[in-house]
Amino acid sequence: MTRISEDQVRHVAHLARLAVTDEEVHTFTEQLDAIITFAEQLNELDTSNVLPTSHVLNMKNVLRKDESAPGLDREDVLKNAPDQQDGQIRVPSIIE
Amino acid sequence: MSIFDHKLKEIQSMIEKKEVSVPDLVDESFKRIAAVDGDVKAFITLDEENARKKAEVAQSSGKASILSGIPIGVKDNIVTKGIRTTAASQILHNFDPIYDATVVNKLREAGTITIGKLNMDEFAMGSSTENSSFQKTRNPWNLDHVPGGSSGGSAASVAAGEVPFSLGSDTGGSIRQPASFCGVVGMKPTYGRVSRFGLIAFASSLDQIGPITRNVEDNAHLLEAIVGVDPQDTTSANVPGEHFAASLTGDIKGLRIAVPKEYLGEGVTEEVKQSVLAALKVLEGLGATWEEVSLPHSKYGVATYYLLASSEASSNLARFDGIRYGYRAEGAENLIDLYKKTRAEGFGDEVKRRIMLGTFALSSGYYDAYYKKAQQVRTLIKKDFEDVLENYDVIIGPTTPTPAFKIGEIIDDPLTMYANDILTIPVNLAGVPGISVPCGFAENGLPLGLQIIGHHFDEKTVYRVAHAYEQATDFHKEKPEL
Repeated sequence: MTRISEDQVRHVAHLARLAVTDEEVHTFTEQLDAIITFAEQLNELDTSNVLPTSHVLNMKNVLRKDESAPGLDREDVLKNAPDQQDGQIRVPSIIE
Repeated sequence: MSIFDHKLKEIQSMIEKKEVSVPDLVDESFKRIAAVDGDVKAFITLDEENARKKAEVAQSSGKASILSGIPIGVKDNIVTKGIRTTAASQILHNFDPIYDATVVNKLREAGTITIGKLNMDEFAMGSSTENSSFQKTRNPWNLDHVPGGSSGGSAASVAAGEVPFSLGSDTGGSIRQPASFCGVVGMKPTYGRVSRFGLIAFASSLDQIGPITRNVEDNAHLLEAIVGVDPQDTTSANVPGEHFAASLTGDIKGLRIAVPKEYLGEGVTEEVKQSVLAALKVLEGLGATWEEVSLPHSKYGVATYYLLASSEASSNLARFDGIRYGYRAEGAENLIDLYKKTRAEGFGDEVKRRIMLGTFALSSGYYDAYYKKAQQVRTLIKKDFEDVLENYDVIIGPTTPTPAFKIGEIIDDPLTMYANDILTIPVNLAGVPGISVPCGFAENGLPLGLQIIGHHFDEKTVYRVAHAYEQATDFHKEKPEL
């Protein structure tokens, strides 16, 4: 029995914002199916009374003072932007 | 003999006696890189002009610490201001960081000189460095074999004598496994020991930066320089820094060692087992005792790890979208199309595979069955370690089930590749520290590694045991012929 279908793989690729070719869908379906089947060995374990790990150390509520501090310099931030105009990052139109 | 065959302490005393200068050390690095890196391919980016300038400055300004003036290589997922940082991915092929990682700041204060950036599996996803989008690094002991991964460049550069030490990062074994494959010393500190600020995140609950060196003493010095709580990383732990190097007494009388039977079981080759049993004899000779124990859930480590690490990665890597930095695809019709095309063109196959797995495990309807289940099993794995460590000082086993495999041998088989990390992954899941030290050679001449695992924040004991073992053996003195 397959755990994951090609349609599901297309859906997941959309959620992950990855363009995929038909060939990739085919390969990913096979590979993810094998990995998920492998992962299902965890079902051998009864975990009904086990708390999920949220942190490996006994650390909680790390707080700091709410003080303002200088942020990154605009010119520095824009240095790596692939497209920019008038001191701002430019993207394709968002509203149709 | 190279100057880098000496320990840090010795190199510093040679500098003091003016037998060698800081510019000489940097020159030695670049000469060695020019001679062997065409074969080894450990470096993605070199920073020669700056490094030579800094060497001149360091020479005239004098010593700041034991690390002053020492050349270092940095894994290319640790951001360095002014030196391109790619995580070995095309999506960051032109990324020029605007700040330094905390560890890089700390090393600058200590006086090290960054030579360049080291190759790795793309975004640290892999166990062979074959997933780099730039080049395949080769094992200095045998160029047909992988150096391990993901910190393959970090381990190979040290083994090849290009730099005396390097920084790597370890999410499921990415420091220890390549250290084992390349015959060098690699430490994954306790989770939270070293700030992750400026480490390009793969799986935030598992990632940890650590040192790779030729010997245990230097490793302890390097870790001392990079530990500490950091306001920029709220998962960094507020524990006192320690003088790890001062704890290397050579005395391990009365040490209680646990040897998990699972670590000498199925899948572990006979020669690996024999090397570990021989190492235990050496430790017994030094006054330690060992007993067989069980970490019953360790066989579930790989499955647990791939679900959790991939889930975290799918979230962490969402930031690479072609907007603020890095690669941006051409000809996109709208914003969503731009994201999809950029990511499809910018990421390699293994990264896409893990983003897909993680997105699936976190998606509506599957979260409880996969992600939450794996977090519950993580609790059981962590408890295995707590139970054993209640009665023992350290846990010892092999670092990897086999010596380094051949380039191309298992790259098309993800599950076999993942199984390589079966002995290192549980350590990350439990958050405890672990080191790999050279413990012999396989019949084919490739190095083998001994893994020593300790209590949370007890790197001191781990180092003490590793050092005592190293002093009693000669494996770390062997060097590859290049």
